[in-house]
Amino acid sequence: MCGIIGVIDKRRQSVDGAKIKEALSMMNERGSGEGAGYVAYGIYPEYKDYFALHVFFDNIRENKAALDTLLEKWGTIVHDEQIKTYEQPNIRKVHTPWRYFFRPDRSLMPKSTTPDEDIVTHLVMKINAEKNGALIFSSGKNLGVFKAAGWPEDVADFYRIQDYQGYLWLAHNRYPTNTPGWWGGAHPFNLLNWSVVHNGEITSYGTNRRYIESYGYKCTMFTDTEVVAYLIDLLVRKHGLSEKMAVRAFAPPFWEDIDRMPPKEQELNRAIRLAYGSALMNGPFAICVANENTLVGFTDRIKLRPLVTGEYGDRLYISSEEAAIRRMEPDVDNIAMPKAGEPVIGRVIS
Amino acid sequence: MATQIRIDAKGLHYTSLNQKIRAAIADGVKEIIIDNVLGQRFIGNGIRGDDVTITVNGVPGGDLAMFMSGPTIVVHGNADHAPGNTMDKGNVIIHGSAGDAVAHSMRGGKVYVRDNIGYRGGIHMKQYLEKRPILVVGGAARAFLGEYMAGGLLIVLGLTGIPPIEERGVGSGIHGGEIYVRGIIDKNNLGVGAQQIPATEEQKTMIKPIIEDFAQTFGLDSVPLLTSDYSRISPASARPFANKYTWE
Repeated sequence: MCGIIGVIDKRRQSVDGAKIKEALSMMNERGSGEGAGYVAYGIYPEYKDYFALHVFFDNIRENKAALDTLLEKWGTIVHDEQIKTYEQPNIRKVHTPWRYFFRPDRSLMPKSTTPDEDIVTHLVMKINAEKNGALIFSSGKNLGVFKAAGWPEDVADFYRIQDYQGYLWLAHNRYPTNTPGWWGGAHPFNLLNWSVVHNGEITSYGTNRRYIESYGYKCTMFTDTEVVAYLIDLLVRKHGLSEKMAVRAFAPPFWEDIDRMPPKEQELNRAIRLAYGSALMNGPFAICVANENTLVGFTDRIKLRPLVTGEYGDRLYISSEEAAIRRMEPDVDNIAMPKAGEPVIGRVIS
Repeated sequence: MATQIRIDAKGLHYTSLNQKIRAAIADGVKEIIIDNVLGQRFIGNGIRGDDVTITVNGVPGGDLAMFMSGPTIVVHGNADHAPGNTMDKGNVIIHGSAGDAVAHSMRGGKVYVRDNIGYRGGIHMKQYLEKRPILVVGGAARAFLGEYMAGGLLIVLGLTGIPPIEERGVGSGIHGGEIYVRGIIDKNNLGVGAQQIPATEEQKTMIKPIIEDFAQTFGLDSVPLLTSDYSRISPASARPFANKYTWE
């Protein structure tokens, strides 16, 4: 059990993190105080052309020099600084959060069609697999993940989440069930501009992990959700599927339902299931995925986790509970429950 | 001693809210009105008292009226997951919609939902002797309605402009109780172990007072509801899964 909430403003009007903290905290029954986190898009306008790398260092003196050297080998550190944090009685600061604004040297990846992204992905996978006291938990442009082991309000206060202005937010209140809670295991999980929050359990994690690792991604966070970030990166950025088709691959129609579809639909759905059988996710889940233009919410095919959507003006809200949405926007319209396995998508229009 | 009180639930945690409710009932209060409810779970859990009415203004959290035995809870707003969870006696009346697993494991009393409900409505409802829970949904239900149902009565009227149920697994694993749906459901949406048969006049007569009561509760015209055709979804056999778990 976990609590999730996401909001996108389709005209990129910013909201600060104060309300999302309140909304997330009212679902504390869904968490256990072992992990919470936020991601905000649009928070680094002055560095928007560079990859914002958020790093947990175990120890600045011991671990930072090696990362600096590696980053300089693959590009330029435009700026770096400690992420401001504010001591909280209930959070033990076991890592030091740091941010880098990084420009990859694309000449170092000449055969790639997306050299910048491939360099950053390579660096994230390498650093996180080596576990040398540094972990990159956020690597997109003009966005940042803020997370730690603790309750939502404590994690929010630790980073003063209300000081950040974003047009798209995801937030997560964690109740770890299969592995211990730790800073890296808190959601959102992020790779490049993809961020993911998830309530549930991906019981097909083993299959999904073997599949995604065959493409060079490495699962290193001791929990299932990170595969979703890598799968969506593979299917959408690398393979060119739409977000809608990627969700179709993750939570496809049952075979007996495909058998009853019109021929063209049958062909498409069979092709997706056959091509991406190893990306199919089983088990109970409700997931929100975001990139810089899009917020997507979906559940597993038999709806074993809750998901509610609401709209207000240019804003689309997605959450585990209607009350959390109403906490952010009391006058919300069009409260609805998405159909199992089918995505709800909000996109920026300007 | 006042027989009516108002509680402002704004910013109140459900523990404090429930303590206030219990204290009021213990003091002999018969009517409790709670304003500004937003997301508080477990409202009215385990409370007793057949003559107590609680009005909830707002959007309560999950498991409303869980284990409740006797009182009536009226919600002006949408409810979240599992209102009426394992409820024993009394009434839950929701002027709005509700989330997943409405009337989960309910064992007695009535849950009326004016609009729609989420997935797995009536899951594990049961009955024993005079205890026979009733769930009536004015609008539509989602997949796996009446999943693993062991008893009780579930009625879906389809009044919100969409058919009562258009999704899979209706009565999946049902082995007791009965589901009535206004109209007919696509046989492909019938769950394993369930069968659909048009309701007989006798059966329609049996549900008539319940539909009249539902219509009266929400100020609806009962005539079109009473003249409609209904389908009855019930267990295909007394032990539909005998071969699944046991070998004889």
